[in-house]
Amino acid sequence: MSTATTKDHPHLAAEFNRDEPRVNWHDETLWWVRAKRDIAAHKLPEWELLRETASQIKFNVLSNLSTYLEQFEANATKNGIIVHWAADATEHNQIVHGLLEQKGITKMVKSKSMLTEECHLNEYLKEQGIDVIDSDLGERIVQLANEPPSHIVLPCIHKKKEEIGDIFHEHLGSAKGESDPKILTETARQHLREVFLTRRAALTGVNFAVAETGEFVICTNEGNADMGAHLAEIHIASMGIEKLIPERKHLGVFLRLLTRSATGQPITTYSSHFSKPQEGTEIHIVIVDNGRSIQLGREEFRNSLKCIRCGACMNTCPVYRKSGGHSYHTAVAGPIGSILAPNLDMKKYADLPFASTLCGSCSNVCPVKIDIHDQLYKWRQVIVKEGYSPKAKTMAMKAMALTLASPTLYRMGGKTGRLVFKYVPFAVNNKLNPWYNQREMPKAPDESFGEWYAKRKGAKNS
Amino acid sequence: MRVALFVPCYVDQFYPKAAIATLELLEKLGCEVHYPKNQTCCGQPMANSGYEHLTGGCNNLFVDNFSGYDYVVCPSGSCTLHIKEHLHADGKEDQATEIRKKVYELTEFLVDILRVKQLSASFPYKVGLHHSCHGLRGLRIAQMSELVAEPFSKPAQLLDLVNGLELVPLSRQDDCCGFGGTFCVVEEAVSAKMGKDRVADHISHGAQYITSADLSCLMHLEGILRRQNSDVKVIHVAEILNNSL
Repeated sequence: MSTATTKDHPHLAAEFNRDEPRVNWHDETLWWVRAKRDIAAHKLPEWELLRETASQIKFNVLSNLSTYLEQFEANATKNGIIVHWAADATEHNQIVHGLLEQKGITKMVKSKSMLTEECHLNEYLKEQGIDVIDSDLGERIVQLANEPPSHIVLPCIHKKKEEIGDIFHEHLGSAKGESDPKILTETARQHLREVFLTRRAALTGVNFAVAETGEFVICTNEGNADMGAHLAEIHIASMGIEKLIPERKHLGVFLRLLTRSATGQPITTYSSHFSKPQEGTEIHIVIVDNGRSIQLGREEFRNSLKCIRCGACMNTCPVYRKSGGHSYHTAVAGPIGSILAPNLDMKKYADLPFASTLCGSCSNVCPVKIDIHDQLYKWRQVIVKEGYSPKAKTMAMKAMALTLASPTLYRMGGKTGRLVFKYVPFAVNNKLNPWYNQREMPKAPDESFGEWYAKRKGAKNS
Repeated sequence: MRVALFVPCYVDQFYPKAAIATLELLEKLGCEVHYPKNQTCCGQPMANSGYEHLTGGCNNLFVDNFSGYDYVVCPSGSCTLHIKEHLHADGKEDQATEIRKKVYELTEFLVDILRVKQLSASFPYKVGLHHSCHGLRGLRIAQMSELVAEPFSKPAQLLDLVNGLELVPLSRQDDCCGFGGTFCVVEEAVSAKMGKDRVADHISHGAQYITSADLSCLMHLEGILRRQNSDVKVIHVAEILNNSL
C-alpha cells in the first residue's frame, strides 16, 4: 500500500504545508482528539497508576517473551486454534496466501490490522490474484483512494468529508456532491454488508493475546471484525510477537487505557474475545516477528515493543499534526513509528528520528509509558554513528564542536560579528538560509554578555 | 552562597540583556554570583543532532569552568536539562556528577532554593507565558497538561509576584513552539508553522509580551513576530522579574 517514495520527511512535510488552511484543519482535528483523551484520562483519578501498571506488565512480557509465546501457542492449540509462526513479512504473506489457496478462496475481507500494512499484505495478495477488501470504514476509504492509512487508529484522518464523498461517488455510486457523514456511512455499510455475506475468509488483527487462556481480543467500534470473522469459514488473525499479555485479568488494565488514550472513549463498542472456532470453521493465528526480536535485542529501544497501538502519541505530536501521517513514509507514522521504523531499515528511515523537536509530549500521553522522545534522541546518535547522516552536516558539526570547545576560538568568533554562529544557520541572513524563509534573524547586540561583564568587573575594580 | 552563572552561548551572543538581568536579580537576592569567563556552550547543538560523541571538548571545558560552586544557575531550561542529563567527562566524572546535581534553571532555583516569596518588580503589561518543553517536561518546572496531576508552575508563581503583570490564558498551554535546535532549519516548514501557531495563540488572548524561561524558544517566536511586523515582543522571564526591583 505504501507509495514508493524517495522523499524524506522534511520534503514531504513542506509539501503538506503548502496548503496552510488544510494544515490548520488537520492540526485542529487531531488536537480535538487529544483534548478528548485528556478529558477521559482526567475522569480517572487512578490514571497514572494504570499507566504505570500497564508499563510494568508489558516489561514483564518483554522479559519473558518466549515463555509467554509458548504458553499462548499451547493454550490456543488446545482450544482448537491453528498457530503459525512467521519470521518476517514475506513468510507472513505466504502463510496467509497458502491458507486461502488450500481452500480455493480468491476473495477476503479484512479488519483492524496495521501489521498487514507493515507486511504489505494487500499488494502481495493482489499479485497472487486475491481480492482484499478492508472493512473498517476509514481503511476502506483509503483503500478506495489507493493510499496508505495516515494514522494507525484514524486511517483517513487526512481526508475531508467532501473528498470522501467524491471517492464514494466514484467507487460506490453515492450521489455526486454528497458529503453528509451519515449518508456516506450508510453507503459504505450497504456496500460492505454484501462483502461480509459473500466472503469465505476474514483476516483481522489482534489487540491482545492472552497467554493464560490462548484467546485473543479485538477492539472495534464498528463491529466489522466480528461480522467478518463470524460469517467466514476461515478466520486468520495476524499478530506481532509483542501483542501478548500474561493473564485475562490484565485486560482490566489495558482495555481501560487503550480507547481513552486513542479517542477519549471509555472503551470500544466491541471488545471481542476469540478463543475457539465455531463448528465447521477454522481460526488460524499467524504470529509474526518481522524485526521485533532484533528490536528486543537493542537494549535502548527494547521498550518500544510495549506499544499497544493507540495512536495517542500521534494526536499530541505537534510535528505529526502539522506534517500529516504520509510524510513519515512508513506504515506506522508519528513518534512511535519514528522509533520503530529505523529498526527495520536504518537508511530508509534515517530522517524520522529527526522529525521531532524532542518536546516529550508523546512520552507523557503514552499509556504504557514508552520513553519515546528519549529513544528519538538515542536513534539520532545511532544513525550518525552508523554513517547515515549527510557529510556536510558532519563537517559543520565538527567545526562547531571545535569552536565551542575553545574559549579563544569562541571569543574570536564572537568579536567578528557574532561569527561563532556561522555554523548555526539562524545567524546567516540570506535566502539560502532556511531560518530566514519565514523568520527574521536575531539582532546582534553591540557586545556579548562576556564582553559586558569584563568591563563591569573592570569598572568595579578601578 | 557561591553561585556560578551559566550563560548559554546564544544568550551570551544575542541576548546579553537576559543574562545581565539574571546576574543582577541573583545578586539582589543575596547570592555571590561568579561568571566563569572561559565558558562557551553546553554541547546540546551537537548532541541533539546525533553528535553527542563530539561533545567531549565542551564537556571538559564545562567541568573545568563550573566545578566547586554551591550551585550553577542558568537562564535556560533547555541548556540546564542538557547538562543534567548528559554532562560526563573522562577522568573528571566525580566533578561532572557534582555539577549535574547542582545545576538549576533560574526559576526553579528562585522557587526551590531561594524560596522567593516576594519581589518588588513591576511590569504593567499583559503577558503570555510560553513553557519550553525541556523546562516543562524535562525539568518539570511546571505541571504538564498530559498528566493527571496537580497543576503548578514555578515561572507563573514568580510572575504572579510582579506588580501590574497580567498573565493571559492560552488555548494550548504547553504545545511546543517548534524551535527544536537544528530542527528549526532541517524541518523549516513544520518549525515555522508551529511557531506561527504559538504566536497566534498568545496574540489572540491579548498578550503584549511573550515570556519564557528559555530564550531559544523566544528567539524563534521573535523571528516570526518581527516578520509579521507585530507589536508583540518577547522578553526573558529574568528581565521581567528584575524590572525595577
